[in-house]
Amino acid sequence: MIAMLLAAAVPTTTYYLVLGAVLFGIGATGLMVRRNPLIMFMCIELMLNAVNLTFVALAVRFGNIDGQTAVFFVMVVAAAEVVVGLGIIISILRRRPGATADDLAELKG
Amino acid sequence: MELVVFVLASAMVIVGALGVVLRPNPVHAAMSLVLTLFGVAVHFVALEAHFLAAVQVIVYAGAIVVLFLFVIMLLGVDKAEDLSIEPFPIQRPLAVVIGVAVSGLVIAAVARAKDTIGEGIPLDADGDQNVQALARNLFSDHVFAFEFTSILLVVAVAGTVLLTRKDKRADQSGGQQ
Repeated sequence: MIAMLLAAAVPTTTYYLVLGAVLFGIGATGLMVRRNPLIMFMCIELMLNAVNLTFVALAVRFGNIDGQTAVFFVMVVAAAEVVVGLGIIISILRRRPGATADDLAELKG
Repeated sequence: MELVVFVLASAMVIVGALGVVLRPNPVHAAMSLVLTLFGVAVHFVALEAHFLAAVQVIVYAGAIVVLFLFVIMLLGVDKAEDLSIEPFPIQRPLAVVIGVAVSGLVIAAVARAKDTIGEGIPLDADGDQNVQALARNLFSDHVFAFEFTSILLVVAVAGTVLLTRKDKRADQSGGQQ
């Protein structure tokens, strides 16, 4: 009975949007809690993925391919952002091993 | 069947995301990130966005996570971080409250927009035409943005090489001192 119900049920767009919201919240919490710059970067990736999921769900719901194009550009920009961010992290951590986000005030005037 | 796939993939996504936030070891956090990214790729397949699912696996789970692992190994920071130290006493409860509030606000917005979103079955897209439709859209309406992404990537790579290069003059003066 339950198996038949499960087999017949189809997730609606709302399910995907709620999942995206929860994933975004987890990523935002991690960004505020963790102090390792690498982990903070991973949390930013989580938030970007939540937004991508929302984009694709709504693009499919309204039959508009523009949303998927936007996700494509988000992925490209995320790749570039990770490259530059990890470069900055490498050059900082090479000079000061074990630095956390609290120690990174070198740009302060 | 679709609901079963949705529940399983969502479990992957949530468990992986919690792993990224809660695991003390950066290598384990990167592996949890792979789990999340694969879960999102499964969702993309279920939504008939086949091209994005492939790009998600290749670019995110392949390239970006490997880049993270390279940096972790290069810097030798693959030791567990002591998470019991809390530099600001109120930071963690406050962060959890803000994170839950952000999620709650977005979910409330989704609940209010239910009439616009509609409760219909989301799929009337034709999965076989996904790549063609995306290509047609990308190379007609968004062709300028697409070309500019190549400039962006070249600038990012060149900038990173310049940024992480060891300064030879600084090394020499450091050796003389």
